[in-house]
Amino acid sequence: MKITREIKRKIIQVAAFGYSNPWLGNFAGGNIYQGNWKQFCNPGMNCYSCPAAGLACPIGAMQAGANSQSYRFGFYATGVVLAIGVVLGRAVCGFLCPFGLLQELIHKIPSPKLHLPKWTTYIKYALLAIFVILMPMLAMDGTGVRSPSFCKYICPVGTLEGGIPILASHPELRSLIGGIFTLKMAILIVVIVGCVLVSRFFCKVMCPLGAIYGMLNKVSLYRMDVDSAKCISCAACSKVCPMDVEPYKVPNSAECIRCGHCITACPKEALSAGFKLNTKESNTIDMKGA
Amino acid sequence: MGSDKRTNIFRILLIIIAVVMIVFGVMHGEVSIALRKAIKICLECIGIG
Ligand code: SF4
Ligand code: SF4
Repeated sequence: MKITREIKRKIIQVAAFGYSNPWLGNFAGGNIYQGNWKQFCNPGMNCYSCPAAGLACPIGAMQAGANSQSYRFGFYATGVVLAIGVVLGRAVCGFLCPFGLLQELIHKIPSPKLHLPKWTTYIKYALLAIFVILMPMLAMDGTGVRSPSFCKYICPVGTLEGGIPILASHPELRSLIGGIFTLKMAILIVVIVGCVLVSRFFCKVMCPLGAIYGMLNKVSLYRMDVDSAKCISCAACSKVCPMDVEPYKVPNSAECIRCGHCITACPKEALSAGFKLNTKESNTIDMKGA
Repeated sequence: MGSDKRTNIFRILLIIIAVVMIVFGVMHGEVSIALRKAIKICLECIGIG
């Protein structure tokens, strides 16, 4: 059997899921891992209140820093995300993010498959700015107490990986369920249905971590190139792209998760990805007037 | 200046900013803040905080 690019990617995704969630036995008692590895941030989205989680969620850690410090910003976690993003960009999404893998599996459920309008991809930048940076910094949620607002009001990863298993195994906590939990469950249901219908719905529309890595895709060391001498503009790459990117026009789009489907689909082998210092701008297709 | 050179300078700048942020955060106790948050069940994350 030929080990295809996609099989290699799946092996890496499963390995990343494994190192992110090694403590599966904790699901039985509803406990969470409390060791020192949790001072390190996971490159991808993985709730630190998931019983199996072995690392800290970077978005949670960014907000925790902003909540706790007098200077109201999480420098440590933001610095870690920035460093990872400059090297890998959204390759983290395509290869290392546990919630990315979960979404790909959910999308395999048979159903009509839909595409979203481009403007919906900008929502995640607003969520990043408002719920991850501003609200935890300024206590804008009306309570006067600074809290991790993205975790509290939005994050479906926390509801799925933390909320459901913890509340299932801790009946004493269920009396605390209220309006916010209902809101978060509603968001989770929308995200799950969204992921069945739309490939990587959460990544496209909602993920603040994907927003940061996406902004860094333009400069990250891991990048994609189009060889304009080979490309015949057939758009075979665009047709297979799960993120609705047109890689032959914009190989380093903020939406590209570096999954490589387009590279495999190209009949002329015009696309390539890898760690490159050289941006090869001369090799990308000039779309002026296209 | 070529665009490759500009991109590489920008990359180096971002790496320096990232390292400065990490060192600043570590020096101000943010690692233990992250750890303390991560080893207790986060009530906000699970929807009851
Ligand atoms: S966009 Fe977010 S959830 Fe999706 S793969 Fe990237 S980090 Fe993970
Ligand atoms: S452009 Fe290519 S590598 Fe990027 S998400 Fe689309 S198919 Fe995957």
